[in-house]
Amino acid sequence: MTDLSTTYLGLKLKNPMVASASPLSKKVENVKQLEDAGIGAVVMYSLFEEQITHESNALDYFLNRGSESYAEAMTYFPEMESYNIGPDSYLNLVSKIKEAVDIPVIGSLNGVSTGGWIEYAKKIEQAGADALELNIYYIPTDVKMLSKELEDAQVELVANVKRQLSIPLAVKLSPYYTALPAFAKRLSNAGVDGLVLFNRFYQPDIDTETLEVIPNLVLSDSNDLRLPLRWVAILYGKIKADLALTSGVHNEIDVLKAMMAGANVVEITSEFLANGIGRTTEILHGMEEWMKEYEYKSVSQMRGSMSHKSVAEPAAFERANYMKALQSFDNKVL
Amino acid sequence: MSNIITIDANEAVARVAYRLNEVIAIYPITPSSGMGEFSDAWSAQQLKNIWGTVPLVAEMQSEGGAAGAVHGALQTGSLTTTFTASQGLLLMIPNMFKIAGELTPTVFHVSARTIAAHALSIYGDHSDIMAVRSTGFALLGSRSVQEAHDFALISTAASLKSRIPFVHFFDGFRTSHEVNKIRELTEDDMRAMIDYDTIVAHRNRSLNPERPVIRGTAQNPDVFFQARETVNQYYNDCPATVQEAMDAFAKLTGRHYHLFDYFGAPDADRVVIVMGSGAETVEETAKKLIANGEKIGVITVHLYRPFSVEHLMKALPATVKSIAVLDRTKEPGAVGEPLLGDVISGLYEGKALGLAPFSDLPKVIGGRYGLSSKEFTPAMAKAIFDELKKDNPKNHFTIGINDDLTHTSLEYDHTFSIFNPNSTRCVFFGLGADGTVGANKNSIKIIGEETDYGAQGFFYYDSKKSGSITISHLRFGPDEIRAPYLIGVGEANFVACHQFNFLEKIDVLKYAEVGAVFLLNATYKHDEVWNQLPVEVQKQIIKKKLKFYTIDANEVAEKTGMGNRINTIMQTCFFAISGVLPREEAIAEIKKSIKKTYGKRGDAVVKRNFEAVDHTLANLHVVNYAENASSALKLRPAMASEAPDFVRNVLGPMVVYEGDGVPVSALPHDGTFPTATSQWEKRNISMDIPVWDPDVCIQCGKCVFVCPHAVIRMKVYDGQLLDDAPETFKSIDAKFKGVPGDKYTIQVAPEDCTGCALCVEACPAKNKTQAGLKAINMASQPPIRETERENWNYFLSIPDIERAEIETTTVKNSQLLRPLFEFSGACAGCGETPYIKLLSQLFGDRTIVANATGCSSIYGGNLPTTPWAVNSKGRGPAWSNSLFEDNAEFGLGMRLTVDRQTEFAKELLQSLSDQIGAELVTEILYADQTTDAGIDAQRDRVAILKQKLSVMQDPKAKHLLSVADFLVKKTVWIIGGDGWAYDIGYGGLDHVLASGRNINVLVLDTEVYSNTGGQASKATPRAAVAKFAANGKPLPKKDLGMIAMAYGYVYVAKVAMGANDAQTLKAFKEAEAFEGPSIIIAYSHCIAHGIDMQKGLEQQKLAVQSGVWPIYRYNPDFIANGKNPLIIDSKDPSISVQEYAYNETRYRMLLQSDEARAEKLMVEAKNDVSKRWELYKQMAKIEYKATNGDSA
Repeated sequence: MTDLSTTYLGLKLKNPMVASASPLSKKVENVKQLEDAGIGAVVMYSLFEEQITHESNALDYFLNRGSESYAEAMTYFPEMESYNIGPDSYLNLVSKIKEAVDIPVIGSLNGVSTGGWIEYAKKIEQAGADALELNIYYIPTDVKMLSKELEDAQVELVANVKRQLSIPLAVKLSPYYTALPAFAKRLSNAGVDGLVLFNRFYQPDIDTETLEVIPNLVLSDSNDLRLPLRWVAILYGKIKADLALTSGVHNEIDVLKAMMAGANVVEITSEFLANGIGRTTEILHGMEEWMKEYEYKSVSQMRGSMSHKSVAEPAAFERANYMKALQSFDNKVL
Repeated sequence: MSNIITIDANEAVARVAYRLNEVIAIYPITPSSGMGEFSDAWSAQQLKNIWGTVPLVAEMQSEGGAAGAVHGALQTGSLTTTFTASQGLLLMIPNMFKIAGELTPTVFHVSARTIAAHALSIYGDHSDIMAVRSTGFALLGSRSVQEAHDFALISTAASLKSRIPFVHFFDGFRTSHEVNKIRELTEDDMRAMIDYDTIVAHRNRSLNPERPVIRGTAQNPDVFFQARETVNQYYNDCPATVQEAMDAFAKLTGRHYHLFDYFGAPDADRVVIVMGSGAETVEETAKKLIANGEKIGVITVHLYRPFSVEHLMKALPATVKSIAVLDRTKEPGAVGEPLLGDVISGLYEGKALGLAPFSDLPKVIGGRYGLSSKEFTPAMAKAIFDELKKDNPKNHFTIGINDDLTHTSLEYDHTFSIFNPNSTRCVFFGLGADGTVGANKNSIKIIGEETDYGAQGFFYYDSKKSGSITISHLRFGPDEIRAPYLIGVGEANFVACHQFNFLEKIDVLKYAEVGAVFLLNATYKHDEVWNQLPVEVQKQIIKKKLKFYTIDANEVAEKTGMGNRINTIMQTCFFAISGVLPREEAIAEIKKSIKKTYGKRGDAVVKRNFEAVDHTLANLHVVNYAENASSALKLRPAMASEAPDFVRNVLGPMVVYEGDGVPVSALPHDGTFPTATSQWEKRNISMDIPVWDPDVCIQCGKCVFVCPHAVIRMKVYDGQLLDDAPETFKSIDAKFKGVPGDKYTIQVAPEDCTGCALCVEACPAKNKTQAGLKAINMASQPPIRETERENWNYFLSIPDIERAEIETTTVKNSQLLRPLFEFSGACAGCGETPYIKLLSQLFGDRTIVANATGCSSIYGGNLPTTPWAVNSKGRGPAWSNSLFEDNAEFGLGMRLTVDRQTEFAKELLQSLSDQIGAELVTEILYADQTTDAGIDAQRDRVAILKQKLSVMQDPKAKHLLSVADFLVKKTVWIIGGDGWAYDIGYGGLDHVLASGRNINVLVLDTEVYSNTGGQASKATPRAAVAKFAANGKPLPKKDLGMIAMAYGYVYVAKVAMGANDAQTLKAFKEAEAFEGPSIIIAYSHCIAHGIDMQKGLEQQKLAVQSGVWPIYRYNPDFIANGKNPLIIDSKDPSISVQEYAYNETRYRMLLQSDEARAEKLMVEAKNDVSKRWELYKQMAKIEYKATNGDSA
């Protein structure tokens, strides 16, 4: 019997497949289907503090607009008894999902202000989440902003949140750090239970017809696995925090690679969005088949087996990788 | 225990009416809409009435419909009510006779409003009430917010008991919108007042198949009369029933009212009799005068119908020698106004019956006051008492105006006032969008409900929908505030001006008393602001020794994320300076009230407002000013100096809030005004205006096409004209085919722009080196105001392109035509006005417009200045507004005239052929007027004809001269909103479309009643929230286009200029060319959609792309040729309905308040869209057989 189980953030998972934060978790029935399909855990879609603030301000703006300025129309909208502005609907959903499934449910939070992070993190914990994933991203556009300032602020913020929580805390990072291992270590030392590598940003595109910048999010494919794979492999065994690999996981081979690099779990979205929740079962089956064929007994057995510190040629994860590619290119020309 | 609450009368009445009824049929009309809105919102929230059930609130298609529904609900035994005013009440009259004739208890709550005569007015008087005095309804009048609250209950109790239906009325705006501190009636009070047996009796009289009766028979001369007399005893008993109810009410609440309430000296020899809020003014004035030893009194008429002579006699003092009866209405041609007539009859009858307390009949005079909410002040009340002292007092007088024409007006001492010096009297000038009124309402609540002080607020709004000015009048004091009139000149001890540039035009400080506080929001530093004031303002500050404070509230707002909302900042300043409450306590209360007001909109909003409060005081400064006024700046004139005399002298004062001083002789007698007056106002309301970059421009004309205010224009002209151009005037080579001229300019009217930036949104040309810039970019107005003004004036001097000179089938060319609709008071970014402007460009010089009441009649026809304009030859649209409900018929009448007079002219022409000359006659009779060139040629012929006719003696020639203009093709456009076309005017519209006559209808479809604040119409789409559809509209939008297409001979087009401007242009031209009825339904984005108005065009595009608003043209002319008449100009839906809808607050707010319902309605809305789209596609595929012998 092949053992697919793993641990992540101190939680025991029946397998390393985790549904990452996506619109799928906006409905209880989707999460239930994921569970039925065999998923190990689910990360809720993100509660965006920025969006809550924006919705609140926008509602206020549009309800005020034009009001009390013209005698025949004091207002333009009826006054509703309440507006679900704020985290309440998200928190209710966390509770409902927790009631509906047995797998671990990990909350996800995208915050902007220190007060907001802590306030919403505590609320998600109170709503019953088994763990929390913080999505900290910042696109620095200010030429005066130094990387150290940015990293110090993020470490402090994470530490603050960690102090307020009793559930485990994961942090989802962007790949754009000058010295990622050092920063990862700082976060780990600050008490973070896991790191999720990496966040996929909306990458703006340019429309040459309209000369407009278009927000664009394309679904990942297996090629996108390379980036997180390298960094998981590099970080494995060097920090205390668990590692979750996300971006580019589409099939059983991708999952196995992630495990070999050292991930505790993989987080998947694009594959489910493109080909349905049922892919969970197929991938798990594929993993089992592969592991049987290659005689792996458990996921823990292979975990980290191809990490930076475990491979025969660690330089393959370093600059030499590039050099080698160049060489093979030259050979081709010749 | 009753609560103290601080509310306006609409809410005070609704709180009672809602709790006492089971069925409420409503229809929006100013100023009563608030009562319906409250009721609908409470019903949506499942608030129960005192019988433990949730009243059913139904919006009807008109007030006539509401009255019909009320009648039906009453007949079947429901406790039923409605709310209305003015024309709405008139539409209820037929049912009111029926309801009264059938002795059916109900109360119609009416915020009394002026009936339109020479002009419409939304303001208050008793002309509507007086118009229903013969219906058999009892008429019970309140004079204050408290009374309106109380009488809502008393009238209901009395109606159930007496079986007489009641109109309970109170003064529109003055009372309906006055915020005052009142004692709230409890539900126990209400239960105690309503005799349950009377309800059971009402239900037992209802129609019920278990015990059937027939009611509403037709009767013949034999018995109708006798049957009509059967009700007499009910009317005889009614006054006593009302008094009993008032007595019972007094026992419950301590507030004792009478049918006629007398206040004054027991031995008064002069008495004023008056009804409504004016009575409170007279009473308060009398109080003051009696204290000075005058023997006077005042009778407030509460129960006007049935008119009880007995109770009037009891109320009058025996010593009375002379009486003045005041009517807030005008009945031209009558011996006197109605109340005067009733009082005189009553006095004679009372004396004849031996009921009179006096032996000699007193002298009685009557007078008119307060029409259309004209101010009625203590000074005016005093003048009336003074008049009564005279041996020959003036009868049929007017007060409050200067009637220098027929000399009816009484003089009064403008300086007389009665205010309590211990009170605080504040006047605030705010900009419509800045939240001043809301903050002031809050302040009144804080003071009213947190202190023992009396508190009152009244708010004046101008009639513009963009850049409007609000004036708030707030009074606080140790006593109850009974002052239903504005704070007068020199009476305010606190004046605040929340917008610096008001000081440049309006005499803000005239309200300030000596030593008053003056608070100014200015962007200047406190040590600089003095020198920025006009010298006239400086002089007043010095003369009145004002304590002058300033703050840059906009900066504080900006820093704290408040945007243009300076409300809480200025409110904090007010409390900090005025000392009405201790500062710390005041700030705590402001925060409490912010939490209460904005809490449900989210923490972010609350935090932002808190921050604004916290940052205010550090930015509030005292201004130490000089002893001499030395500013070089002067007040700007109200109107441009080159404006015609009438505009400067008559309209000018109105613009600067001095219209009360315009004498009767200055005004037109029949409501007829010159057009093209908005060009002189120069409102300067936007800090940012568009600036043209010729290097980037592709000369497409889209910016000009979409401009709602016609402030951005383009011309092609002869380059030689540039010789005299101002230095900064921009010009490039023209890229137009077949257009005379080699140079091209886009010019902005800098002082008329509202800054909506729709032009920037519409501009497709982007700067190649900096893509963020376009060919039109917004820039700060003040630095370029002067140069652009000069450029604008120069631009105007360049000759316009004549329509006949160019082909106008392209958007680009069409925009070379001069708009004859400009600078209206519509909202910045309005989605309606670009269509009207286009119409005026294409056909304006030969158009007669019938305009339904609504937004378009307000921005199109509300004084002081109006936007319909004239071309260089003095021709332009002739415009009129009849009513809301009859616009299609009104327009058809115009068409009938055009048709009849044209025919008559032709007949006369033929009969005078010998004298005129056969050649000219033939040319005129058979002229081809299908093109602009043809019309121009006909104009030339008619000019020759008129010249010939003017010297002919034949009477027929005089006839022909008077109708000869009809020989030039005219077009009739019937314009209105969806409230008119889909609801109240639909029956007429249907008939007019069916008539086959050559009329053109433009429906400006905003999908709600925009003008009255966004109530649902049948055009409101499913899933959208609107007032009267607070839970989201559960049913789909009526397909007016489909209904019109069903006739088969009506041209129908559905357009959205933001999605396809060329299709819009084509539709307008086709509709006008079609020799029969045409209707264009135009998507009009609106402030009531809750969108960023700058993105209005984008929303139009999304509406079309999602299939929510399919655009098409249905041209019956195609049928004869065997072609399908329906051309769908939309493509298959390419985005989801949500992608369109959830950009708009009207849809989003349902998602936020009730997600499950929103999702359910959205699924249904998507089905609506797809079903309709499939249906249209099938319709467009139907094969038609040619009926004219041609094959397709």
